[in-house]
Amino acid sequence: MSITTDRRTFLKSTTAFAAGMVSMPAILRAQTARPIKIGLLAPLTGVIAAGGRKLVEGFELYWEQVNKEVAGRKVEIVIEDDASNPDTALQKARRFVEQGNVDFLFGNILANTGLAVANYVKGTGTPYFIPVIAADDLTQRTRIPNVIRVAGYTASQTARPLADWAFKQGYRKVATISQDYTFGHEQCGGFAQMFTELGGKITQQFWHPLNTADFSPYLGQLANLGVDAVFAMETGADATRFIQQYASFGLKGRIPLMGAMNATDQSVIRTMNDEAEGIVSCAHFAEGSKEPATVKFVEDYQKRYQKLPSIYGFSHYSGAMWVAEALKTIKGNVEDRDLFLKTVLATELKDSPLGKTVKLDSYGNPIYDLAIRRVEKRTDGKLWNVPFQTYPQVSQFWKYDPETYLKQPPYSRTFQGIKA
Amino acid sequence: MSKLLTSPLRAFAALAVLGLALLPLVLPTYYVSVATQILIFSVLAMSVDVLAGFTGRTPLCHGAIFGTSTYVVLYTASVYGLPLPAAMLLGVIAATLLASVFGLLAVRTSGVYFLLLTLALGLIVWGVCLRWTEVTGGENGERGQLRAALGMSPRQLYSGVAVVVALVTFVMWRFVRSPFGLTMRGIRDGESRMASLGYNVSLHLTIAFTASGFFAGIAGALYAVFNDFVSPSTVQLSQSVSGLLMAIVGGIGTLFGAFVGSFLIIALEQAVSKVTERWLMVLGLTFIAIMIFAPEGVIGKARLLMAGRAEPKTKA
Repeated sequence: MSITTDRRTFLKSTTAFAAGMVSMPAILRAQTARPIKIGLLAPLTGVIAAGGRKLVEGFELYWEQVNKEVAGRKVEIVIEDDASNPDTALQKARRFVEQGNVDFLFGNILANTGLAVANYVKGTGTPYFIPVIAADDLTQRTRIPNVIRVAGYTASQTARPLADWAFKQGYRKVATISQDYTFGHEQCGGFAQMFTELGGKITQQFWHPLNTADFSPYLGQLANLGVDAVFAMETGADATRFIQQYASFGLKGRIPLMGAMNATDQSVIRTMNDEAEGIVSCAHFAEGSKEPATVKFVEDYQKRYQKLPSIYGFSHYSGAMWVAEALKTIKGNVEDRDLFLKTVLATELKDSPLGKTVKLDSYGNPIYDLAIRRVEKRTDGKLWNVPFQTYPQVSQFWKYDPETYLKQPPYSRTFQGIKA
Repeated sequence: MSKLLTSPLRAFAALAVLGLALLPLVLPTYYVSVATQILIFSVLAMSVDVLAGFTGRTPLCHGAIFGTSTYVVLYTASVYGLPLPAAMLLGVIAATLLASVFGLLAVRTSGVYFLLLTLALGLIVWGVCLRWTEVTGGENGERGQLRAALGMSPRQLYSGVAVVVALVTFVMWRFVRSPFGLTMRGIRDGESRMASLGYNVSLHLTIAFTASGFFAGIAGALYAVFNDFVSPSTVQLSQSVSGLLMAIVGGIGTLFGAFVGSFLIIALEQAVSKVTERWLMVLGLTFIAIMIFAPEGVIGKARLLMAGRAEPKTKA
C-alpha cells in the first residue's frame, strides 16, 4: 500500500537529514540547543486523581533515568493538573501552547479530557501524545495527524483476544457489566462482537452509571442468568467495589469473572485481598511477567516508588521512551514538527519494558503481543497480574481489514457489533 | 435612578471600558484568551444578577441554560454544518425557550424553594446531556472547529467578543433601569404590595426569567466559539454555582459587579492553580473571607465606602 512507500521515502529523507545534522559544525548545533519543553497534563485532583499520580511517576521515572537529556538537549517537564475535567484540561492545554511554548503535549487519562485537548491541538498543530486515552476513534474514524497514541491502546483492542480465549475455554453464554460511558461501550463492544462472531451468545448487557456504590441489583440478576462467565468493564473505585461485592455476594468461584484490563490494574488491586484473585483479563502489560525487561522495569519502579507499577505509570514510561527514541533519530530537532511526527510514527521501540519490539500501525496505534493474565498472589501477599497466554501482533483492527472495519459505526450502548 | 451611578463610579466605568478595549494590545496571547473567558462569564454572571439582584429570586440553573446554548451551537454547526451566525442564533433561541419553560415552572415559588426548584431543573439538563449519547456525545461531549473556521487570532476573537459583550451589557443595563426593571425591583422589595397594586407578578417574573435566560444564552453561544468544545461539565451544577458566585463576589444587584466577580474568580483560579494543586481550597477560603468581610460584594462594598456611611439596605 501507499503507506509503505511513504515510510520508505521518508526513511531515506530522514537518513539524509540526519547525515546533514552530523556534518553540521558543533557550534551551530549548540546554539539551537535550548531545552526541549514538554507539557504534561495529568489529573491530580478529581475522580481519577490516584491514576494521575501514577502517570506522573512513570513519566518522571523515565526522564530521571536518562538524566533529563535526549540527543544532547536538556528536557524540561512542566506538569499541569487537568482536574479530571475536560474544560480545565482544555484551558491548561491552551496555557501550555499559547503561554508556555511547549514543544509537545503528553498525558491525560479520561477520554473526555483527551478528546477536548485533541480537538484543540487539531487547530494549533502541536504534537500531542496519549498513552492512556483509549477512545477508539482518535486513531480510527476521526484521526488527527498530530495526535499519536504512543505506548497506548484502543479500548476495543484488548477485549478481542479475551473473547477468543473465553470461547476456547468453552464459555458459550456470557453477560457483560460495564460503566455507562464511551470507554465502557468500546471495550464491551470489542468483546461482544468478537465473542458472538465466534458463535457465543451475549445473554445480557448491564450499563451502570459511573460511581455506583451498590452493585446488588446487578449482582442479583447476574447470579440468575445461568451464564458461563461474566465480563466486567470497570475502572477505579467502581472496579474495587464491584470485585468486592462480586465476592461477598458469593458469585466468586461460582461464575468465572473476566475483567477489562483496567479492572485488575495495580491501582485497583493494590488495596485488595483474596476477592480479586483469579480474575482473568487481557492487556499488553503484565507486571507479573517473567520477561527480563519487564522484571527490570518493575524492580526499578518499586525501588523508586515502593509499589508495583500500574498501567498508567507503565504507559507513560514507555511513551516517554518512544518519543525519546524518535528524538534521538532526528538529533533532537523537535522544531521540525512534520519530521518529528513522522519519525515517531516510524519508530520501533526496541527497549520497551515489554521486552519485545513494538511498532505503530499506520493509524498511530501500537500493535502488541497481548497477554491473557490472571490475578495471582505473590509470596509477600501482594496481588499482581501474571500472563499465561499470548496473542501475538494484535492491532486495533484485530484480523479485520481496516477499511471494512471502519465502515461499521463506532461502538455505543446501542451498537455493540453483536452477531445474532 | 441615575443616583445609582455616582460620578466617581461613572468615571471608573469609563476607565474600565477604555481598559478593556486596550487590553489585547498589552497582554500576551494566552492572557488575551483568559480575558475573553472573563468577558463571557461576566455576561453569565450578569444574567444571574438580573434575576437574583433585581427580582430577589436566586436561580441555580443558569449554567444549564448557558450550556444548552453552547451545545446547540456546536451541534448545529458541526453536525448540520450551519453557518456560525445561524447556529449562534439557534443556540440563543434554544436557551431562551428553555428559560421560559423553567420560568413558568419556577416563578410561583420563592426563597429556598425557588433555589431548589431551579437546581433540580438544571440537573435535568445535565442528566439529559450525559445520557443522550447519540446527540450530546455523552461524557465525551461535542466538539467543533468554529474558532478555526473563523480564522481569528486570539486578539481578534477578544475584540469581537468584547464588542458583543459591551452591547449586551448596555441592553441589560437599559433593561434593569426600564420601567419593567422598576417593576422587578418592586416585586423584590414587596411582592404582595405589587400584587395588590394590580401587577401580574408571575407574568413579570416569567418575562424576567426568560430575558435572563436569553442573556445567559448569548454568553453560552460566545463560549461555544471560544471553547470549540462542550461536555456535561459545562451544564453541571458547578457552572451555575460559579455564575452565581461571580455575581455575589462582584455585588448582587449591581449588574457591573459581574465583571469584577468574573475577573476575580477566573484570575484567582489561574494564579493559584499555577502555584498549588490545592487551588480549589484556596478559592473556597477566599469566598468565605469575601462573604464575611464584604457580603455585599466588591462593587457593593465600594459603593458603601464611597457613600461615606453604610446605608442600611439588606438584600436577600
